[in-house]
Amino acid sequence: MATVVGIIFSNIHDKNVSELTRRRTMASVPFGCRYRLIDFTLSNLVNSGITHVGVVTHYNYQSLMDHIGTGKDWDLARRSGGIKILPPFITAFANSQNSLVNTRLEALKSMVEFISSCKEEYVILSDCDVICNMDLSEMINAHIQNGSDITVAVKRMYLTHDVKNVEIVESDGDGRIIDVSDANGIVTGYRDINLNIMVMRRQYLMNLLMDASAHGYSSFTKDVIAKNLDTCDFRVYRYDSYFAGINSLTDYYMCNMDLLSSSARDSLFNVKNRPVYTKIRNSSPTIYEEGCNVKNSLIADGCEIYGTVENSILFRGVKVGKNTVIKNSILMQDTLIGENVSLNCVITDKDVVIRDGRVLSGHETRPFFIDKLTVV
Amino acid sequence: MIKKKECVAMLLAGGQGSRLYLLTQRVAKPAVSFGSKYRIIDFTLSNCINSGIDTVGVLTQYQPLALNEYIGNGQPWDLDRTFGGVMVLPPYQGQKRADWYKGTANAIYQNLHFLDKYDPDYVVVLSGDHIYKMDYSAMVDYHKRMGAACTIAVIDVPLSEASRFGIMNTYEDNRVYEFEEKPKQPKSTKASMGVYVFSKKELYKYLIADEADENSEKDFGKNIIPAMLGAGEKLYAYPFTGYWKDVGTIDSLWEANMDLLGDRPALNLNNSSWRIFARHSSNPPHFLGNGATVENSLVTGGCEIYGTVINSVLSSGVKVAKGAVVKDSVIMRDCVISENAEVNYCIMDSDTVVGVNAKVGEPMELGKGISLIGFGLDIKAGTVIPGGVKADEAFLAELEGSTEEV
Repeated sequence: MATVVGIIFSNIHDKNVSELTRRRTMASVPFGCRYRLIDFTLSNLVNSGITHVGVVTHYNYQSLMDHIGTGKDWDLARRSGGIKILPPFITAFANSQNSLVNTRLEALKSMVEFISSCKEEYVILSDCDVICNMDLSEMINAHIQNGSDITVAVKRMYLTHDVKNVEIVESDGDGRIIDVSDANGIVTGYRDINLNIMVMRRQYLMNLLMDASAHGYSSFTKDVIAKNLDTCDFRVYRYDSYFAGINSLTDYYMCNMDLLSSSARDSLFNVKNRPVYTKIRNSSPTIYEEGCNVKNSLIADGCEIYGTVENSILFRGVKVGKNTVIKNSILMQDTLIGENVSLNCVITDKDVVIRDGRVLSGHETRPFFIDKLTVV
Repeated sequence: MIKKKECVAMLLAGGQGSRLYLLTQRVAKPAVSFGSKYRIIDFTLSNCINSGIDTVGVLTQYQPLALNEYIGNGQPWDLDRTFGGVMVLPPYQGQKRADWYKGTANAIYQNLHFLDKYDPDYVVVLSGDHIYKMDYSAMVDYHKRMGAACTIAVIDVPLSEASRFGIMNTYEDNRVYEFEEKPKQPKSTKASMGVYVFSKKELYKYLIADEADENSEKDFGKNIIPAMLGAGEKLYAYPFTGYWKDVGTIDSLWEANMDLLGDRPALNLNNSSWRIFARHSSNPPHFLGNGATVENSLVTGGCEIYGTVINSVLSSGVKVAKGAVVKDSVIMRDCVISENAEVNYCIMDSDTVVGVNAKVGEPMELGKGISLIGFGLDIKAGTVIPGGVKADEAFLAELEGSTEEV
């Protein structure tokens, strides 16, 4: 099998869910009761036999480092390869000038050093917010077979007017990419959406980065790909199982709620031989008390439930008091809900406390978000 | 030797646990599932690491495969160390002889060279079949303070039950003057918990002497402790208050599982300052469907519940289908309870499938006792398994045969 190194961008699309990324990277946004977004990408890599992974970071990456630790929960604590965090490459002479330009170039520089030190023949680049269970080795084999310069994963999805922040990829009958554009709210119907997972030769990426830096390019798709469609051979790899990307807080809410359908859970979590790994917290089992009433909900370990919970997602260590009714809500790690509380369409970040008797409600199109460590 | 450890734990995990019947047919007792996401041995191993003891020898003998695999390199308990960590110590073939472990004392004796490597001042001897949370370092401190040769942890038991235990008779200051194994007329209620701290010199001396004695049963309780008492060594009882349970029987295993339930469980697992660590299998969160009713129960990752679960402990990956009822039961990993099936007052080993409309066990109130259901069984639709039985494949075949005749 071809040797492959994985590179994950941890801060990509941070501004899509600014509420959740104020204190953390997109990669470490909590999702689905016990996961962080990066767990899906990491698990996909590990389950596809890719055990050398670089995680590119720009800022706010403390929570990410805390989550990844040594990488042993993904079997990525290795003598050779394993997981490496690639922090921004800031020299003593930087930071006084135009910081945006500097950071971008410097991030690139730190990546170049990592990539040139790798021994693998191929490299797979992935965003951190690709919620799917995908066999990447299949994609790599497809890339080797089609002999193209870059292969990009796409999925056919239905675009509505309010879908933004995604890229539409158009390709010909051979799968060769002929156009890449942003969804603008005007184009609707079934389109191939860029999943932001790409495979290429490592040497090819090196050359691209050098070229991009020489030309002052900043966007991979709009500059590197769009400007070279005629001269280079870029292909699509079609993926058609479950995929969710997060483009807004409402999206985040809906994607979590998706997990209440067994088909989404089956195609994400119950794929044979492809479990999703995450940091182990050694929580105790969840304890359901007498008189509690829990329906249609996905619940992690370490919870203690006295009240009513419906259509909700409970992360590890959540406590729900007596006579409390939680509906259509997402309660993150260690949220503490008192007695006689009523919540509807609420997202609580970590360590939120809701005191006795509080009544809070949002709407599914606009969930009510409560920031980390808030006491209501 | 430049390196040494002050304290090394030796965990006796070789026992068959024959009173757990079907549950220990394939695995040693310490590897039996407990409390939804744990194995019995997790409690002792977690106690060790939480007490700062990072060198643990696990003595295995009976059906060691599952236990060896489970312990692995000790990573779940932070016992993967460059010097020390957890070590599985099976019986071995030596230059002159090959022996099974002939008793608890002999098991340690055969591994004295393991202890030599760490040159400990104190050796903590533990059993791998008790459920409790205990700080061994406090006990070692007590041992040092008393200048004891051996300290034995004791727990106060009701006088009426004292004759089921090894009882320590002590003076006011907790110094032990007599040890009685299961006395008919107990003089005290201080029951040995099977947790010993030995000073190394004395441990070596009495183990070597005991090994030479051909009449000895090579057992700590029966031989080593009485020999030390006889020689006038300083033995102290270390009183422990808190939850402790020997889960050696089906009834006590069931009770200990139930002790985890309720508003204020007798044993609280949800305590971040004394976590119980376990090996994980990457299960997704558990899901409760629209028709689910779950009350007074423990549920963990990978479970999917569409039916009713009351007063029960479910291990990972258990499926309870629509209309199914599970009551007063302990259900181990990956069991499937199909539609409209009823499970009452049972301990069900892992990977068993209960067919639709089957009735397994009888309600606790009827007093028939716990039904023990074996590993990997396929209980056909509509099968009725009475209360208080031990159901394995042979039992099911016979049951099927008898219904056909009718």
